[in-house]
Amino acid sequence: MVANLGYGTLLITFLVAIYGAGAAFYGGRKNKPAWVDSARNAMLLTFPLLTITVVAILYLLINGHFEIQYVASVSSRSTPLYLRITSLWGGQAGSLILWSWLMAAFASAVTLRKWNRDREFLPWVILVCLVTLGFFLILSIFVENPFVRLWQSPTGNITPAMFQPAGLKLYTPPDGNGLEPLLRHPGMIFHPPMLYLGFVSFVIPYAFAIAALITGRTDDRWIRITRRWTLVAWLFLSLGLVLGMRWAYDVLGWGGYWGWDAVEVSALMPWLVGTAFLHSVMIQEKRGMFKQWNILLIIATYVAVMLGTFFTRSGILSSVHAFAQSAIGPLFFVFIGLTLIISLSLLFIRWNDLKSGVEMTSMFSREALFLFNNLLFILAFLVCFLGVFFPIFSEALGIIGQRFPALAGIFSGQKVTVGPGWYKPIIGPIFAGLVLLMGVAPLSAWQYSTAKTIGRAIWKPYLASMVVVVGLYLAGVHNWLAMLGYWLCALALFVTLYEFWRAAWARHNAQNQNILEALWQLIGKSRRRYGGYIIHLSMVFMALGIIGLEFFQTQTQVTIPQGGEISLGQYTIKFDSLSVFDTADGRNVARAVMSVYKDGKYVGELHPRRDYYYESQRPLTIAGIRSTMEDDLYVILVDWQPLSTSAASFKVYHNPLVNWLWLGGFVFFVGAIVAAWPVREPEKVEIRKMVPATANARADGND
Amino acid sequence: MPEQMGMIKNSLFAIVLTLLFGGLVVGFVSAQQPTPSDDQVNAIAKQLYCPVCEATPLDVCPTQACAQWRELIRQKLAEGWGDQQIKDYFVQQYGARVLGTPPPKGINWLVYVAPLLFVVAGVYILFRGFRSWRLRAQQTAISSPPSPPPDGEAGLQDDYIKQVEDQVRKS
Repeated sequence: MVANLGYGTLLITFLVAIYGAGAAFYGGRKNKPAWVDSARNAMLLTFPLLTITVVAILYLLINGHFEIQYVASVSSRSTPLYLRITSLWGGQAGSLILWSWLMAAFASAVTLRKWNRDREFLPWVILVCLVTLGFFLILSIFVENPFVRLWQSPTGNITPAMFQPAGLKLYTPPDGNGLEPLLRHPGMIFHPPMLYLGFVSFVIPYAFAIAALITGRTDDRWIRITRRWTLVAWLFLSLGLVLGMRWAYDVLGWGGYWGWDAVEVSALMPWLVGTAFLHSVMIQEKRGMFKQWNILLIIATYVAVMLGTFFTRSGILSSVHAFAQSAIGPLFFVFIGLTLIISLSLLFIRWNDLKSGVEMTSMFSREALFLFNNLLFILAFLVCFLGVFFPIFSEALGIIGQRFPALAGIFSGQKVTVGPGWYKPIIGPIFAGLVLLMGVAPLSAWQYSTAKTIGRAIWKPYLASMVVVVGLYLAGVHNWLAMLGYWLCALALFVTLYEFWRAAWARHNAQNQNILEALWQLIGKSRRRYGGYIIHLSMVFMALGIIGLEFFQTQTQVTIPQGGEISLGQYTIKFDSLSVFDTADGRNVARAVMSVYKDGKYVGELHPRRDYYYESQRPLTIAGIRSTMEDDLYVILVDWQPLSTSAASFKVYHNPLVNWLWLGGFVFFVGAIVAAWPVREPEKVEIRKMVPATANARADGND
Repeated sequence: MPEQMGMIKNSLFAIVLTLLFGGLVVGFVSAQQPTPSDDQVNAIAKQLYCPVCEATPLDVCPTQACAQWRELIRQKLAEGWGDQQIKDYFVQQYGARVLGTPPPKGINWLVYVAPLLFVVAGVYILFRGFRSWRLRAQQTAISSPPSPPPDGEAGLQDDYIKQVEDQVRKS
């Protein structure tokens, strides 16, 4: 009953989406406001309808309806309530529903805005949103239906089907498989919704860009409307990535946070191109340049969002054969292809309208530095795309080797792995270049900056950064690559702090304000500018953690008897005891107790453990972590002797500075909130009146 | 002559004795060599990927199969195999996917060449862009000289500070 209700509303939502898209197209094309209003109502209706679908799935999950294939595959009788709820996105079918639901929520929210000045955009924004939503609903209805039930034949065969096949009876398994143990971590509970929120909210600026192309309104209005949407999209996507990193660090048990596997890189790709877009739109807002480029970037971001979902949802990453076996892959392939063709055709048609007569006057102007930033982000995006796509590509090209044996040496069709060893030497210098730009660009001005003006502004922070380098050298850091990284971090840090200081000091002098009060008011007046700087600080913190782990991580693995010790750097870890026991929620837990000594002084106890989930027959490694801002001691229980708990193998990692990565994530959140916080309109108008047009670029805080 | 023969015999005896004794010592030492440590095994396993799991390096893969593969590495190390030999053995057994990076042969070269091409293309596009902007800017300058920066070049950096002060005064 509930499954039918959920499936029924899913079908109705799909029909409403098709109607809405048709009405929007007709209303927009023929300029008929009544049809556009009707399309808007259809758009608004999709959210409550999909909410019913989501509630139906949740009801089935919470009440353990194991006759539903999805419920049986992601939950079990012993699954606690909160995990039954999060099981909504614990599998493919539920994830796609969550995607559609969030898409409907965001698209509905954007249609509720005041459209007085931009009414011509409305039908096309609705059209893009509903077509995207419609596509995901097709996947849910025809390929990955979460309401499919299990049916049993008289011979005992189980068949999944939505409706009762002839001669088969409904089958309810005694228990479900339970949620994949790896997905039970808090990071993984929030990571997918955050990532999806980021993905779907990037659809909004794309929809406006397409609307601008169709209507021919090629000024920067679409950018100004979607500025906050883009920031929010970026915030969610970034948080999703950071939470995913934290999850990997805590759960995957390899002492790191980023393994450069294709799923991670697929989620990073929209972030890279979206970040380029976020910077690039400022050039258009300030200088009226790069209109074509910005449209191209938001198209690329949308396509990257679709590609990211496609790569992770189609099974193509495991094998090209998996791609062919499921209908999801080909459907995505066609949708992405059509999106690209239509979007690029529209851009091509409007190409000349989007030209700007404004010229770049200096290679050191802020717009030029933003362009370098774009180059680096796009390079990183292309590298990631290549890294994810190449294994599929090389495997698929094996067919040439099969057809033409002479070419078999070139096109072997062998599956290859593109891992960290390939990414790091390429992405590392690109990210270093981006940190350098963070250290230089805030000191440049729009249009007029030269090497000389930047040199004049940068010398103090530069000197301070050199002091740090010398200090590090004297402290014994002699790895020159790490030193380069820390120097770049120090430069970006001091430049950013210098920018805060100079402006706050000016306010303090002019109004005799307390310096902290001056700083607070400064940030309040130019939220976008200072929010951006706070985000820069967060990136520096993250870079500190990344460099610490990449260059100075040490590890050892030792098998020791009870009472034995492991030494790593300043740490000594003593193996006190190991206990193995069953828990009420269906786990077999092996838990070690380790005493940790730093420089001979007792600093605490760690409990690395291995949980074995009986129902899914999967082990989960939970590291024992001692975390400080200086370093993390990360201990994994690798193995223990089968018939005894008196000896065990441990892997110990010493991860310097890794906590700065998570601190950076928190600071990033603060910065993004500051930047996206709504500005009171009257105040903005007042500032605009006060500041001369030429200087507006720096005073408005929109850098 | 017999004296010489005697010397040669003595030398030969000494050489044979040395070789024998040396061989015994070497054999004894190698028999006493400890089993390769977990760290030695992991140093190689880190460079390999689990042949059956998705994107999991062999040194951290928690499955039983991977534990056995790590033991295989230990065994090969104990037999005196080198890093490269062990990696080659895994590639031969399970294919190139066990390596962390594609082996540079055939179509795989593309994955190493393409990033360089991206960089060259990007730099070239920017270079062309900057050159054409400069040319157009020069043409514009000939027809109508540009207005100087608001406060002259040197004052640019303090421009923003002035604006902040102005705003404060007026608010």
